[in-house]
Amino acid sequence: MNTATHFSETIMAPSTDSNVKGENSQVSYKKDINTKTDRVLQNKKHANDIFDVTEYLQSEKDKEVIFATNACSKIFCQLFYRGDLYTWDTPISDKLQCVIYVHYFHIFQETSLCALMKFVAAEGKHPLQNLDLSEHYNFPRELLRTLVEHLLSENEDMSLLISRFQEFLEMDDVRYYVMSSVRDNIYRVMGRNKKAVIPVYQNNVFALLSTINVPSSEASKMKNFLVKQECKFEHKRAFEQMWLVFLKFKLPSNMYKKILVILHESIMPQMSDPTLLIDFLSAAYDIGGAISLLSLNGLFILIHKHNLDYPDFYKKLYSLLDPSIFHVKYRARFFHLVNIFLSSTHLPAYLVAAFVKRFARLSLTAPPTSLLILLPFICNLIRRHPSCRVLIHRPSTPCDDPYVMKEEDPAQSHALESSLWEIKTLQKHYHPDVAKAAMKINDPLTEQEDDISELLELSTFELMERELKAERKTIPLEFDTATELLKSSREVLGVHFSLE
Amino acid sequence: MRQGSTSQNRGLSDKVRKSKAAPEIQKNPFEVKINRKKFDVLGRKSKHDVGLPGVSRSRAIQKRKETLLKEFRAKDKNNKFIDRRFGEYDQKITPEEKILQRFTLERQRTQDRKDMYNLNEEEELTHYGQSLAEMEKMTDVIDSDSDSEEKGLLSAELTATHFGGGGGLLRKKSAGDEDEEHKPKSRQELIEELIIKSKQEKRERQTQKEEAQELTEKLDQEWKSIQNLLAHKTPKAERKDETDKPKVLKHLRPNTEAVSEQGGEKEDDDGDEEGGEKEDDDGDEEGGEKEDDDGDEEGGEKEDDDGDEEGGEKEDDDGDEEGGEKEDDDDAEGEEEDEEGGEDADDEDADDDHCDLQSDEGSEDEDAEGAEEEQVCAEGPPAVIEEQKKAAQEAAKAELPYTFTAPESYSDLKALLQDHGSDQQCLILDRTLKCHHPSLAAGNKAKLQKLFGFLLEYVGDLATQNPPDLRTVSALIPQICGLCQMFPEAACKAVQTLLSDSGHSMEETLEVKGRAPMPDLDMLVLLKITALLFPSSDFRHPVTTPAFLYISQALTRCVVLSLEDVCKGLILCCLALEFVSLSRRFFPELLNFLLGLLHLTVSDKLCVSEILLHLIKPNELLVFYNNKHAWPVISSLLHLLCLCFRLSLIDSCLDLVKRCTSLYKDLPSFAHIFQPIRTLLLQHLPVEGYPAPIQDLHSEILDAIPEQPSQHAPLVFKKKKPIPLKLFTPKIVQILDYGKKRGNTKEEKEHERLKHKYKREFKGALREIRKDTRFLARENVYFSSFSSSE
Repeated sequence: MNTATHFSETIMAPSTDSNVKGENSQVSYKKDINTKTDRVLQNKKHANDIFDVTEYLQSEKDKEVIFATNACSKIFCQLFYRGDLYTWDTPISDKLQCVIYVHYFHIFQETSLCALMKFVAAEGKHPLQNLDLSEHYNFPRELLRTLVEHLLSENEDMSLLISRFQEFLEMDDVRYYVMSSVRDNIYRVMGRNKKAVIPVYQNNVFALLSTINVPSSEASKMKNFLVKQECKFEHKRAFEQMWLVFLKFKLPSNMYKKILVILHESIMPQMSDPTLLIDFLSAAYDIGGAISLLSLNGLFILIHKHNLDYPDFYKKLYSLLDPSIFHVKYRARFFHLVNIFLSSTHLPAYLVAAFVKRFARLSLTAPPTSLLILLPFICNLIRRHPSCRVLIHRPSTPCDDPYVMKEEDPAQSHALESSLWEIKTLQKHYHPDVAKAAMKINDPLTEQEDDISELLELSTFELMERELKAERKTIPLEFDTATELLKSSREVLGVHFSLE
Repeated sequence: MRQGSTSQNRGLSDKVRKSKAAPEIQKNPFEVKINRKKFDVLGRKSKHDVGLPGVSRSRAIQKRKETLLKEFRAKDKNNKFIDRRFGEYDQKITPEEKILQRFTLERQRTQDRKDMYNLNEEEELTHYGQSLAEMEKMTDVIDSDSDSEEKGLLSAELTATHFGGGGGLLRKKSAGDEDEEHKPKSRQELIEELIIKSKQEKRERQTQKEEAQELTEKLDQEWKSIQNLLAHKTPKAERKDETDKPKVLKHLRPNTEAVSEQGGEKEDDDGDEEGGEKEDDDGDEEGGEKEDDDGDEEGGEKEDDDGDEEGGEKEDDDGDEEGGEKEDDDDAEGEEEDEEGGEDADDEDADDDHCDLQSDEGSEDEDAEGAEEEQVCAEGPPAVIEEQKKAAQEAAKAELPYTFTAPESYSDLKALLQDHGSDQQCLILDRTLKCHHPSLAAGNKAKLQKLFGFLLEYVGDLATQNPPDLRTVSALIPQICGLCQMFPEAACKAVQTLLSDSGHSMEETLEVKGRAPMPDLDMLVLLKITALLFPSSDFRHPVTTPAFLYISQALTRCVVLSLEDVCKGLILCCLALEFVSLSRRFFPELLNFLLGLLHLTVSDKLCVSEILLHLIKPNELLVFYNNKHAWPVISSLLHLLCLCFRLSLIDSCLDLVKRCTSLYKDLPSFAHIFQPIRTLLLQHLPVEGYPAPIQDLHSEILDAIPEQPSQHAPLVFKKKKPIPLKLFTPKIVQILDYGKKRGNTKEEKEHERLKHKYKREFKGALREIRKDTRFLARENVYFSSFSSSE
């Protein structure tokens, strides 16, 4: 297309024919939209130009869409303020939402989202219908509902847009209505899908839910409104219901992990009745593996603060212990909790002994970082429960290890009749610190417990750094001087591999 | 008035001092000061209850007079005249008596000494301190104290004129003059004459010197032109000292000719010996490293080689000097020649033993020089010599220089070592180490310390390049070892840095991605080198402990996705086993990893869930033989190779397991540790499909692991000596100073005491100084008033 001639054309006949707008150049569409916007705002007569402007929304050019979106928001906000709008023009809002749908680029979604929220605000201030005064508030719930529906897409990942939406959630009324509409939405969508797992949708929901924070003291600080209102919301209740509905349905396993990680910090404290989570938590605890480990935290809070009685808690905890606990990401959290669970001195000796023995057996496969937690931990347990001292001190004749590793029930494991030979093995561990920690069982343990809290987050590299930074006066060298790469007195590598 | 009073005072104090113990002073109430006591302490004897201030003051004044005043008087004076004549300062003797006494003393002295047996004469008469009798003998022995003969004459005259001398000398002089001129010269004239004479002499000497110089230079040039024709070393006799150079110069020419004539026969015989001599001679200039080389352990063969090399090198030198037939060499050679050239320039500058050296060098050359000689003297077959010469040139080209600059950066080292074979790289490094040995210069230590880091980097590069050049790495090991033994700290630092960097990057990848790839070959090589350099059996070691952790991290956190990863993992396992083989320490990660690898060989996944497998994904990488299909269909050669590779990996894996079983069989939980492996091997491993050696290995391992854990005695605490009960006998502490601060430690008390003492001493010193100044001021006043009154 020859731009020069085209340019002259547009100047000669500016914006007369809206049907050729698709061929307009940059300047012309701006001008076109601007003039039309002005005309609409100046006089009601030109109201039909609105349709021309909205046509642009479906344009294929990015800039036009953005420009048109802004223009639309300007027009409608003005109209709202003047009170010229009597019935909500649904097609237009639909078109704007189309924008959210159609365009993948973040920036369009963002501008249209902002435009929509402006509409929400404008409509809230200038309601379309004169509602009866008996109702305290008027909030464009319908509009917000559609917005939420689009945000919680079943097909696309909307996390970026949701994070943008977060700023609107600062406002108490928006948050409240979002929460209620989310609840309805989940019901509807999950009902439609017959309770099957929809990962994308659930991800979106989770992204939205995790951004919602209910202020702690409810009545005092409710001052942040999008639309001026004088009413009280039952935020906590709405929050609780929303989450419960979400958690009621089956979730993908990584979603479980995500939820459980934030559960005790950001969900439970904001609920009015956290005990309602018991179903979810016990279900999670039964799943096994890392999810069980994570659900311990929530369970602990329920048991500790909400008087929950969980039968066979220790038995289940015992069965959770397998070699993988040393390698999962949540190792520190797990040991922290296990330490708390086993801190009571009222636990029966057989139980503690079973735990100790199991930990010891597992330690045979653990990496040094875990061993550095585990060994002081075992020592602490024995200190707390002096009746378990027989594990490290029992003068008697040699015998087989009576401990039954495969037994699920700690009571049947015969741990108290066993002895911690595994720790004896670890005294030969290659890492000096581990070996030293294991040496402690050679002597009667001291009264003072070791503090393991600072060891929990220890990584292998930190351990390495510790070793590297230590100042040494002399550096011993190998006694035999090497002559070749694969020729030393204790060659193993050279037996299996050779230099190419 | 004042003077009188002081003298009176002095008199009194003298008296007091002299009769210090006199009871009347102690009784005299004006002299005695009683130190009043506040309390009487029973049983304490006080020394200082009565003081005698007058006495002590006079004593102090006296002491000052003896020491301080004397020093004060002698201040700013370097010396003083002391008249040692008899009775000079004695005021009691009258002058007449003095003179008499002196005369007698004089007489006595002369009497006592030499004239003991002199009977006829009482004394010898002198004039101007010289014996008249001596002078009458007219012996004109002129003692000249100067060394040089040309000066001697001058000085004789000079002494005569300048010091006048005795009458005899003058007389003699005038007597000599009388014959020629018959009239005495005035003193002025004499002096002028003298000056002229001395100048003339000086000029003569100058010209003589110049002539000698010229002659030398000329001879040098001539010598240079013929020296190349010589194939024979000048006999030792000719290499004479610098001092009698003019003589040598005069005789050198005929000698050299003679030598050149007889050179042909001699060269073969002398070659070897002279090689040795030569090295001794100019070892300082260029041969320091050469000597080191010879001193190496390479022995006799090597020395012969060196001889040849030197010949080649020399040839190049001479080519340089002749300016004609210098051939283009590669860079290294050029560098070397620059150095050599520089040294030659030095030789010429330092023109002392230049000539000798040149003659040495000239005669030194064996084959190549022979060719030159051939052209002039026409001796020997030309073709052979030509060939020899060429060969020598080739050798010289291929030959490495002897000195290397120590690389300042990694790129320097790389440039130095690249494009050389592994043997030559070793040689280069060896020579670099030798020339920068810390004992040679101050900065060498730092250079070599840096070199270790660069070398490790270079080794890493060699290992990562495609294809990896591990032979060179292996060849470089002795050098690395040597450096490490020289600088353990620097080596430790360098290895630590590499380990820490690699560990850090692995940790970061783990945090970002959750899994990390297996370490690259350079890290594996580094770990191997670590095992070679540092003792892995130490309980705690700054290098090997982190290396352990690194291996542990790699074995637990790195993911195995391909056969290559399996291979790397097996290398790590080998290394781990090497690390613990001596100390027999327990390495759980090693067994975990081996178990995981064995799982890869199993095709049915039934057992996988029950046993620990974190990072080795249950894939069928190592599945060789599948039960479901009878035999794997070998579709292509590549496939076959792949299968062979798998089999060899399985073999290594099983062998490592076997080594582990023998290593750890003494551990108390041996059975528990190996139980999972046993289960796997027994129940799941498809042994039937493997070749016989692997099957044997398999059964050996199964034999080594017991089915039932063995019996152990339950743990008991170590037996300890019972701690004795606390006894309640009182602890007795000796209190030495009552009323003082107690409860301090011994050191604190001592410190306090010293501080107190110091304070007192300081105050005392101040007081003394004040008293000194007062005393000096008083003396000054006294002295000035005394002098003014005089």
